[in-house]
Amino acid sequence: MTATLDRPDDTAAAPKRPPRWWLLLGRDKLAAVAAVVLGLVLLTALIGPLLLGDAATRQDLNASLRPPSFDHGITGLLGTDILGRSVLARLVEAAGTTLSVAIPAVLFSLVAGSAIGMWAGYHGGRRENIAMRVADVILSFPSLLLAVVVLYVFTPSVANIVFILALARIPIYLRTARAEAAELKSRLFVDAARTFGTTSWPTIYRHILPIAMPTLLTVATLDFCFVMLSESSLSFLGIGIQPPDVSWGLMVAQGRQFLQTAWWIAVLPGVAIVLTTVSATILAAWVRLATDPAQRWRLTLPTSKRGKRSVTTEVTA
Amino acid sequence: MTTFLRKRIVSSAIPLVVVVLGVFILARLTGNPVDLYLPLSATAEQRAAFSAEHGFDQPILVQLWDYLGQVVQLDFGESLRTGQPAAEMVLEAFPATLQLAAVTMLIAIVGAVLIGSLAAYRPNSLADRTSSFLSMTAASIPDFWFAIMGVLVFGVSLGILPTSGVTGGPEVWVLPIATLLIRPFGVLVQVVRGSMVAALSAPYVKVARSKGASEQRVVFGHALRNATMPVLTVAGDLTIGLVNGAVVVETIFGWPGIGKLMIDSILQRDFAVLQAAVLLTAVTIFLLNILIDVCYALLDARVRQAVPA
Repeated sequence: MTATLDRPDDTAAAPKRPPRWWLLLGRDKLAAVAAVVLGLVLLTALIGPLLLGDAATRQDLNASLRPPSFDHGITGLLGTDILGRSVLARLVEAAGTTLSVAIPAVLFSLVAGSAIGMWAGYHGGRRENIAMRVADVILSFPSLLLAVVVLYVFTPSVANIVFILALARIPIYLRTARAEAAELKSRLFVDAARTFGTTSWPTIYRHILPIAMPTLLTVATLDFCFVMLSESSLSFLGIGIQPPDVSWGLMVAQGRQFLQTAWWIAVLPGVAIVLTTVSATILAAWVRLATDPAQRWRLTLPTSKRGKRSVTTEVTA
Repeated sequence: MTTFLRKRIVSSAIPLVVVVLGVFILARLTGNPVDLYLPLSATAEQRAAFSAEHGFDQPILVQLWDYLGQVVQLDFGESLRTGQPAAEMVLEAFPATLQLAAVTMLIAIVGAVLIGSLAAYRPNSLADRTSSFLSMTAASIPDFWFAIMGVLVFGVSLGILPTSGVTGGPEVWVLPIATLLIRPFGVLVQVVRGSMVAALSAPYVKVARSKGASEQRVVFGHALRNATMPVLTVAGDLTIGLVNGAVVVETIFGWPGIGKLMIDSILQRDFAVLQAAVLLTAVTIFLLNILIDVCYALLDARVRQAVPA
């Protein structure tokens, strides 16, 4: 690995334990902000509905299409929709729906895809072939259309949406994990483990997973965006989350017809989606650095010095 | 090389068949179109006659067998909606999507390789952080929302771009392509950057530098060549994903492509058109996968040798 070449020679002085992750996070302002935003979204989704009560569904035709203002208390802060429902309250409500689809779908596809992928890549041969063919079948058809067909046959419930989105994303992890495992299985340390009689699953778990993990986690964090975007696209096309439930994608769809008179109904849910997905992507990049022993040292340097070649040449010289 | 290709063609044909069969069966599970196409007052005889005319009264396996028999003779049936041959409708819609997809991927790949390499050349420099942030944002914007914002800003407020339609000069292409482009472009920049950072810190790059190769040759000759594999994989998947984007973009901009045709066919239970569209999409993706495999084999000798003759 290149780690030994590029890394500042601090092995003698520094403690063996890598720096705590929150210290590393504090070093990267952008990633810290992203983590805070994601934490806030999660918190909003969890406790927001408790605070707002029925504000998301309460209709008030006198307050129809009211623009964002400070005059109508907290619920009127972001304006109202055609039925006079508070956009802020609906955004909060939708955060819960959106996350309750995206998080289970990502976790399910991450675990299933990684396990099958590493197993297939490690063993090779027929097992690899079958796993890859199944992945090809799923990937060879656009996921959105697959979801539309499946959700049209079975009802578009939250469970079905989670299931179809997870199924559509398993091949991504499967392929990544297989590629890593196939490359790692011929490395010396895996050979050594095998020579000492380690069976396949412990080898995968102890020797392949730790190295494949940064890539898989990065893929998962990125995929969180993809799943969120898929769910909102489905809801936008009218085949995802169904009214009276509300998701950010559905809100954009509902606000589309009022684009010229009440921009806030369609614009604000989109902003919420972008904030969440961008934060997840930024955090993914940070996770990639922080979990990679060969790259982690970059995070411990002051920003101004990171990545400059002079740092490494000074140290190694 | 030919053995490798033959094996890949055989193995890539399996998904093709599975997808076509799967959609045939799934489509029939959505219910008999008779409810959608005949008025509520239709008598039982009329309904039975409609079902018999289109073969919907047969067991599903018989329908499948008949369908396969027709496909072999290149007969794809007729649309329930318009009565036009399904093949004709699909072939009419296909070029519109293909043009959109081709232009989008071309811009995305060329742009991403240039910007991604530039960013990876000095990791954590200002250029790197800016391009990383922008590409992350681009990959995370919902395409339908981006399209609506584009319409709102450039179509409604500024009035410089058309809000929908395909007739007119090059300006009708701007919003649909921009919408389709953001995600693949953002993802590809990150992938190129990631694999270029890894490639540029690899020992062979040090060797190339110490042999006195020019920086251009080191970056584009040595590093980029080795960084191409993940980029190729992702670009292939993104191209398939473009059909997803195409559904959204074509719906919003009224673009008469295959994505809109498929969505409409599903919602209207127009099975013949849906099947023809799916078949054509699956064949296109099959060809794309073969093309990617050829590129793999050309780029990496290990892939060629890994497949036993």
